[in-house]
Amino acid sequence: MSKLVYLVPLFPLLGFLVNGLGRKSLSKPLIGMIGSGSVLASFIVSVLVFFDVKANGGTVVTLFDFIKADGFTIPFAFQADQLSALFLLIITGIGFLIHLYSSAYMHEETEEHFGRFFAYLNLFVFSMLLLVLGANYVIMFIGWEGVGLCSYLLIGFWFKNNDYNYAARKAFVMNRIGDLGFLLAVFWLLLKLGTVNYGDVFANVSRLSSFDITAITMLLFVGAMGKSAQIPLYTWLPDAMAGPTPVSALIHAATMVTAGIYMISRSNILYTLAPATQTLVAVIGLATAIFAATIALKQNDIKKVLAYSTVSQLGYMFLGLGVGAYTGAVFHVMTHAFFKALLFLGAGSVIHAMHHEQDIRKMGGLKKYMPVTHLTFLLACLAIAGIPPFSGFFSKDEILTATFAKNPVYYFAGVAGALMTAFYMFRLYTLTFLGKFRGTHEQEHHLHESPWQMTFPLIVLAVLSVAGGWIGIPEVFAANAHSLEHFLSPIFADSAKLGEAHHLEASQEYLMMGVSTLLIAGIIFFAVTHFKKDGVVTGAEETGIGKVLENKWYIDELYDAVIVKPLNAFAGFCKSVIEKSGIDGLVNGVGKLVGYGSRQMRLLQSGQVGNYILIMVLAMVVFFLVWFNDATIYQFFNKIF
Amino acid sequence: MPIQYYIFLCLTLFCIGIVGVLTRRNAIIVFMCIELMLNAVNLLLVAFSKMHHAASVGNNPATTAGIEGQLFVFFIMVVAAAEVSVGLAIIVMMYRNTHSVDINFLNRLKN
Repeated sequence: MSKLVYLVPLFPLLGFLVNGLGRKSLSKPLIGMIGSGSVLASFIVSVLVFFDVKANGGTVVTLFDFIKADGFTIPFAFQADQLSALFLLIITGIGFLIHLYSSAYMHEETEEHFGRFFAYLNLFVFSMLLLVLGANYVIMFIGWEGVGLCSYLLIGFWFKNNDYNYAARKAFVMNRIGDLGFLLAVFWLLLKLGTVNYGDVFANVSRLSSFDITAITMLLFVGAMGKSAQIPLYTWLPDAMAGPTPVSALIHAATMVTAGIYMISRSNILYTLAPATQTLVAVIGLATAIFAATIALKQNDIKKVLAYSTVSQLGYMFLGLGVGAYTGAVFHVMTHAFFKALLFLGAGSVIHAMHHEQDIRKMGGLKKYMPVTHLTFLLACLAIAGIPPFSGFFSKDEILTATFAKNPVYYFAGVAGALMTAFYMFRLYTLTFLGKFRGTHEQEHHLHESPWQMTFPLIVLAVLSVAGGWIGIPEVFAANAHSLEHFLSPIFADSAKLGEAHHLEASQEYLMMGVSTLLIAGIIFFAVTHFKKDGVVTGAEETGIGKVLENKWYIDELYDAVIVKPLNAFAGFCKSVIEKSGIDGLVNGVGKLVGYGSRQMRLLQSGQVGNYILIMVLAMVVFFLVWFNDATIYQFFNKIF
Repeated sequence: MPIQYYIFLCLTLFCIGIVGVLTRRNAIIVFMCIELMLNAVNLLLVAFSKMHHAASVGNNPATTAGIEGQLFVFFIMVVAAAEVSVGLAIIVMMYRNTHSVDINFLNRLKN
């Protein structure tokens, strides 16, 4: 069955071609069916591949040689192993649900834009599948660029709004900065090892010096920073909320932004051998987790809160990778994909009901109008906050426990971030669903539960958000209950051999879990009671630290002042000075010189035959003198005279 | 007789020709000066041809060595005669058009 793994990306590619080319002639239900159906077909194949991998282990399927040059060959090969099979399920499963959701969410668009939307979505799924299926870094890079392109196209989907175009451009440029790091790392690998196939690279890792490994992992991490929105390249992700909400759910929460985590998990052996990079990854991850969480505390746009929450959760995943808890990071990718996709889809459902109102200060009391959305959103909030036995608890706990073994400072900072997560999520939940409705009368009149295409994915994802963590139950509760770790163990086997095992006392682990859960529950209680009073959300201006947080620590302004403005000024200087007087001056100068020279030369053409003959004779005399300088001629004349 | 005498004579004739061409405005005199230069070169050719083979000729009157240069000069004289006829025809036509043989009037193509 693994031999048929190429079918997985093939279906979305066909869907993209059909929807993209036929967007003007196909009807909306047909477009929706082709778009969702192609991903569903991929999902079915993925399930078969998953069970095959589970039973028989991973394989590499080579389709053809992609690049064949002197000294090295880069095959177009797919790797069906435990890690990619898991990602296949996440991408195609959640992808299908979001496609289904989109067919209702986007129903206001005209046929052509509807078709364009589904074509982009299918292209995205295709690129993402290429990214996780590729058996070498070059195929991964193709997917890596493809998802970046689709992200750009979908953020700027409503291209008539210039702000959205600006957000799309920002996302693309920031990603390109990261991509450069990735590309350099691939070249470095090719230079040192002559191969980019995962199997060959990881088998020959001993041939690399420690400097090479550190440099390669650092450069790869720069790529991950861009794609997975880590400090300092995270600012594009909140702006990417300009895209339609299903796009935010699929690309900017569940799949594309986790590409960096996939890449580092895939290269885990390199990272395990580069402790300096690991420390950097952990510190950047932790800093991002805390920093983004503080910003999320004061945001008032429902999608912005979720966006900063995503950045923060991605930070946790990098923290996990940095301390060597690769399984924990992948586990958190999975549970995060469930509950964050659910949160975004829930937010989309709310926005849909509120007629594109995104400010949570103008919502409230939606609980009684939208029961399904409310319940699923609540479950997702509990999951992300880390309340047992919801999925987020297990994955976050696994990461945090691993950090405690490495460095308790990471642990306490991580728990502080988790408390903030609980606070801002329940602030969001309370302001949206509890209390009194604060919008206009017209909006209140139109409030409705969303159609089944939108609630069905919510329910499925809610079930997964609740139960998804049960595949990774920690050792302290039951021995050998962590089936995910068992499943992924072949991928991380080499790293596990190198890393020293830290085992905490069971009592200590219980204590840590108990205290953090109690703290989180307390924070949730505080947030709900505090924000339930409608007086909290007046239009009062924030002051002090609140204002700084509301303005996102002024990071955008800082980047604007430090990078964008000087670059623009430099570009302006190049345009007005170097281009105008330098390049243009040179080109025009040559033209003017020729013109002036010609005007002067023209005067020689006097029309006087005598002048012409004189010039001719003078020229002959000059030639003669030049010739006369030649030694042999000189001797000849010496002999004569 | 040494070759230098011929060379000096030819140089003198050639320079007279050049000066005449440069200074005179009468087309016929300019033309004559051109002929003078041509014949200076002809003379040089014959002289070089003769002197070059002087040693091998010796006192042998039957030899043909060095005859090529003199034959060449005959050809040049024939061609020069043809050229003279053309040149004179041009001067006649010029006189008919401008009623003058002054070459400074030959600037109609200017501009």
